[in-house]
Amino acid sequence: MDGYYAWMLVATALVLMMTTPALALFYGGMSRSKSVLNMMMMSYVALGVVGIVYVLWGWSMTFGENTAGGLFGNPFDMFALDGVGWDGYIAVVFQLTFAVITAALISGAIADRVKLSAWVVFLPLWVTLSYFPIAHMVWGGGFIAEHLAAQDYAGGTVVHINAGVAGLVLALVIGKRIGFGKEPMRPHNLTLTMIGAGLLWFGWYGFNVGSIVLTGDSDEANTAQFMSETGLTFLNTTIATCAAMLGWLVVERLLHGKATTLGAASGIVAGLVAITPSCGAVNLVGAIAIGAVAGAACAWAVGLKYRFGLDDSLDVVGVHLVGGVIGTVLIGLFATTEHAAASENGLFYGGGLTSLGHQAGAAAIAIVWSGVATLIIGLAIKYTLGWRVSGEAEVEGIDFNQHGETAYDLHTGLGGGGTSATSVLAKSTVPVSESEGANA
Amino acid sequence: MKLVTAVIKPHKWEDVREALETFGVTGMTVSEVSGYGRQKGHTEVYRGAEYDIALVPKIRIEIVVDDNDAEDVVGIVVKTAQTGRIGDGKVWVSPVETVVRVRTGDRDTAAL
Repeated sequence: MDGYYAWMLVATALVLMMTTPALALFYGGMSRSKSVLNMMMMSYVALGVVGIVYVLWGWSMTFGENTAGGLFGNPFDMFALDGVGWDGYIAVVFQLTFAVITAALISGAIADRVKLSAWVVFLPLWVTLSYFPIAHMVWGGGFIAEHLAAQDYAGGTVVHINAGVAGLVLALVIGKRIGFGKEPMRPHNLTLTMIGAGLLWFGWYGFNVGSIVLTGDSDEANTAQFMSETGLTFLNTTIATCAAMLGWLVVERLLHGKATTLGAASGIVAGLVAITPSCGAVNLVGAIAIGAVAGAACAWAVGLKYRFGLDDSLDVVGVHLVGGVIGTVLIGLFATTEHAAASENGLFYGGGLTSLGHQAGAAAIAIVWSGVATLIIGLAIKYTLGWRVSGEAEVEGIDFNQHGETAYDLHTGLGGGGTSATSVLAKSTVPVSESEGANA
Repeated sequence: MKLVTAVIKPHKWEDVREALETFGVTGMTVSEVSGYGRQKGHTEVYRGAEYDIALVPKIRIEIVVDDNDAEDVVGIVVKTAQTGRIGDGKVWVSPVETVVRVRTGDRDTAAL
């Protein structure tokens, strides 16, 4: 199976690209011009921190020996990849990129207002208490895999429900941005968001198609499985996303009068989220249906935050939690063992309500686990380190406050932007030192 | 001398410039500005959230002219920038005491 290993190298690099730069661009374009750098940094920093944590105890907590009744793997079993052979490394990095993007996804819910230091403390705690346990329960032979037989091909529960719930809880713990609901907080550069959405789609082939697990007992059997299953997941990932983009555009055209670029970008992501758990279990009818439902439902769901006064800034809840639940639960309706690799049939294919129950159960466990774990970490950081930058820093721009930089210098003449250091009218052309810059 | 200041719709800027050039205006200062009058702003919708955008983009033209030309210039701007709909803009005239050409030191009418 040389082809399989070659594909996994490519797939792993594709998933890495989904966080840096795809997600950073997608989120960065939607944030305000004074906080785009901080938004992008949250993704990049997630890669740095979670990447290291993953090889230290992440792999072991996910695929190590069942501990506490299968709630997580023993972190010391394969600490720092102890006992993992070289031939297993690509699997480790592939899984590492999933942990990274799941953590990075959360940042969209808390845009424009969080100290970098708080985010850096949150990341290792959250993957340890929420991501690794849920990944173990679903993929590592843990509790959900053992007791529910729920199907989650590439991470509807582990990645999207998990990140969506964490976003919801953190947005509540951290609170609204100053001026939320009163001032316009428009996306500052939708071209970045369109590029990010396109790159996410491209990278998602690594995410979904790369999530194949070979189960054959011979090379021939594995080759046959590889050739048919990758085609299925590739096709489903494509058409569900097409349907979701159209679904989102139709809903917003009907509700608000115009089909928007942000709607197209958001519909793409909603469709990718929903087909993530289901791409191996459904045929093309199921994929189109799941995509269309996800696109339409998420287009409606993103409006709810204003009714609840929830500043989930870039709609992590409306897209990832809602899309993740839709994709996970609809497996219970559309899963089929004919022309797809489902492990049990859904309601529409003669499987009765069994699969639906398994899927709903897995979604519920992920929601509760992630909710409780995130709440504990969120409150602990709130009452020790503190989450937020000062009100003044938030209004003037978190980029300059946290990083000493501003993203744009569009006004070459009369000193625009957050600082006039590069303007022709600036008092001094000598670069100020870093510490001066940060405190100016 | 008079300073004629006009705030007009951006898409009318090319027409106004051509008409002024034909009349013989030799220079002007132009800036992209934003503001609002009776037009108020407009609404934009992002992921279902409506934003009132209070400020509308406009073009501001500033021309210093001889006293005798001021009325003609105002007339040209009004005629070419007019669409008849709310938001066409405004033109106003204010007195100017002195003008100096930086390169030569010429003053007043000679500096125009």
